[in-house]
Amino acid sequence: MASLLSRFCRKVAVPGSAHGARMVSTTTSCGSETVKSLNLYSAINQALHIALETDPRSYVFGEDVGFGGVFRCTTGLAERFGKNRVFNTPLCEQGIVGFGIGLAAMGNRAVVEIQFADYIYPAFDQIVNEAAKFRYRSGNQFNCGGLTIRAPYGAVGHGGHYHSQSPEAFFCHVPGIKVVIPRSPREAKGLLLSSIRDPNPVVFFEPKWLYRQAVEEVPEHDYMIPLSEAEVIREGNDITLVGWGAQLTVMEQACLDAEKEGISCELIDLKTLLPWDKETVEASVKKTGRLLISHEAPVTGGFGAEISATILERCFLKLEAPVSRVCGLDTPFPLVFEPFYMPTKNKILDAIKSTVNY
Amino acid sequence: MALSRLSLRSNPFLKPSTTSIRRHVSTDTTPITIETAVPFESHLCDAPSRSVVTSSSEILSFFRDMARMRRTEIAADSLYKAKMIRGFCHLYDGQEALAVGMEAAITKKDAIITSYRDHCTFLGRGGELVEAFSELMGRKRGCSNGKGGSMHFYKKDACFYGGHGIVGAQIPLGCGLAFAQKYSKEEFVTFALYGDGAANQGQLFEALNIAALWDLPAILVCENNHYGMGTATWRSAKSPAYFKRGDYVPGLKVDGMDALAVKQACKFAKEHALKNGPIVLEMDTYRYHGHSMSDPGSTYRTRDEVSGVRQVRDPIERVRKLLLSYDIATEKELKDMEKEVRKEVDDAVAQAKESPVPEPSELFTNMYVKDCGVESFGADRKELKVTLT
Repeated sequence: MASLLSRFCRKVAVPGSAHGARMVSTTTSCGSETVKSLNLYSAINQALHIALETDPRSYVFGEDVGFGGVFRCTTGLAERFGKNRVFNTPLCEQGIVGFGIGLAAMGNRAVVEIQFADYIYPAFDQIVNEAAKFRYRSGNQFNCGGLTIRAPYGAVGHGGHYHSQSPEAFFCHVPGIKVVIPRSPREAKGLLLSSIRDPNPVVFFEPKWLYRQAVEEVPEHDYMIPLSEAEVIREGNDITLVGWGAQLTVMEQACLDAEKEGISCELIDLKTLLPWDKETVEASVKKTGRLLISHEAPVTGGFGAEISATILERCFLKLEAPVSRVCGLDTPFPLVFEPFYMPTKNKILDAIKSTVNY
Repeated sequence: MALSRLSLRSNPFLKPSTTSIRRHVSTDTTPITIETAVPFESHLCDAPSRSVVTSSSEILSFFRDMARMRRTEIAADSLYKAKMIRGFCHLYDGQEALAVGMEAAITKKDAIITSYRDHCTFLGRGGELVEAFSELMGRKRGCSNGKGGSMHFYKKDACFYGGHGIVGAQIPLGCGLAFAQKYSKEEFVTFALYGDGAANQGQLFEALNIAALWDLPAILVCENNHYGMGTATWRSAKSPAYFKRGDYVPGLKVDGMDALAVKQACKFAKEHALKNGPIVLEMDTYRYHGHSMSDPGSTYRTRDEVSGVRQVRDPIERVRKLLLSYDIATEKELKDMEKEVRKEVDDAVAQAKESPVPEPSELFTNMYVKDCGVESFGADRKELKVTLT
């Protein structure tokens, strides 16, 4: 478990806003940038420590967070900040989120943990009808911008129906909230801090497969990565691939394989799904003329459909082939059939080839 | 059946009022009355009597069934560690008395619905060991054809409605089952089981209100094993008296580690539900394993606590003591029975291992009654594009 630096840089530098493709990961210029090799849950843990330290009116709560949580993301928080700020709730997602909305409406930062994204549905009404519309229907008198809901999502290899779901599409359909999904430890820390400090309610999905698997050099200081800015993590000319979260690792492998066959792929990490960075993707597709979207959630009604429709509107004449979606199948997330269900590297590779050769 | 008089030393335990002739593995059905150790606590109703009418053969069947359940859970533990069982596996050892006691009080036409800690409930409903292990390992021979896994056991012919992942979600379902039973006028009831964690879900109270409003024969059973995942009841519940949570619905608190008390309570509850509508049962029980196989179970409770409960309240040991004190069986006979059970379980595991995994085409079946026709890139690259059926 990483220990924290005692001194933080109070002035957090956010990279200047830029339009179009961004080539490198965001950098901050703030004091000495010492980095440490961390996995995803440690990076999230660091972000939470920083968030609680920098804002005395921030709280972390959810099921079993007191002893560190089922994925250890909240380790050490209760010991350091006290049981008044970091506490366990009973098993009632609807109650937890509603409670968080109320707390946020009083000007606090409420960081709610839902133990698995599969369990977020009892809270769906609170998120959609209360959190998303609060500012709007009160004419900006009230808001619950301080609310951030964190939930582990996605396949883990053996999770089955109720420990593997990717529900991001449901939330992307709700104006008023933001949906953010990091791809790696370094991204997660920056994006989580941005989400917590963003003056809008944010639903933050963490790819649970990467909690232990992904290890990266993460700066130890306080830094934020801007929301609603997509990042081109790999440049190419023949086809644009768009994805988020753990799926990017799979897509990157497909890109490497495609390169061996002479296809140059451009890979974009969307990071924020709602509101999403249309300009970056549009600029990329105008360059390559082809688009492939991949996500773990079922294909029908998945967020890939929204990206596809928008890009079609904006880039119709530049497209050389239909937009391809390589996603989970339209079945409940299976148990033994998970390898068949998942959008694997080979499926993506086949789709790349058939799109390029259209 | 020979009346063998093996050495039976006198013991200072309770002697029955009727002299029982000790038989080799008793199948005697003459009634024996036994007092439960712990009294019932009631809410808005009169508690049933502490004297439970049972028989030698019934107590013996308790022992055998609970031993089988215990062995099944231990075998599942080993299989999980050997990675033959994947996914999430929630074990029931310590809570067996609930499953057997309930079965003794009801019929196979009464419905049971529970959450994910369902292996032993399935066995209690008459499920076969080989089906259980096959389902755990995701094989075709499993009770849900290998598609459900540990959390989703079902048995339609015994009215066992499963096996649910989302805690609390099964309670309104159970009330719906009860409504259907009332409608059919066949005098059967539904037992909807949930845990102390789920007791804080809003849908429980919605279901209670509906059941009470329409007098449904629903019995809501809170399996209070004192920990919701890692959170103790005193930290998650303002009122840990779960049997009183029904407010206007009567309730009963039962020592869930005593199979006879469970039987008495369930019998009482069934009669009550058929006459007066819903009732809440709180079963005070305990699980030895952690919440699931991914949880060591020691970060939020001490090992002393777990071993303390095992020494003082273990349901199988209780029944063993009863059997010995009532001279229904000898120690050796009970040990032999346990050995038989162990062999039964091992055989079932071996058989289950031979069952094949479901066909890949099964991924797409049982979604809808008719197909949905979506296309996808082929799973195993033999076909470039596949239409999902």
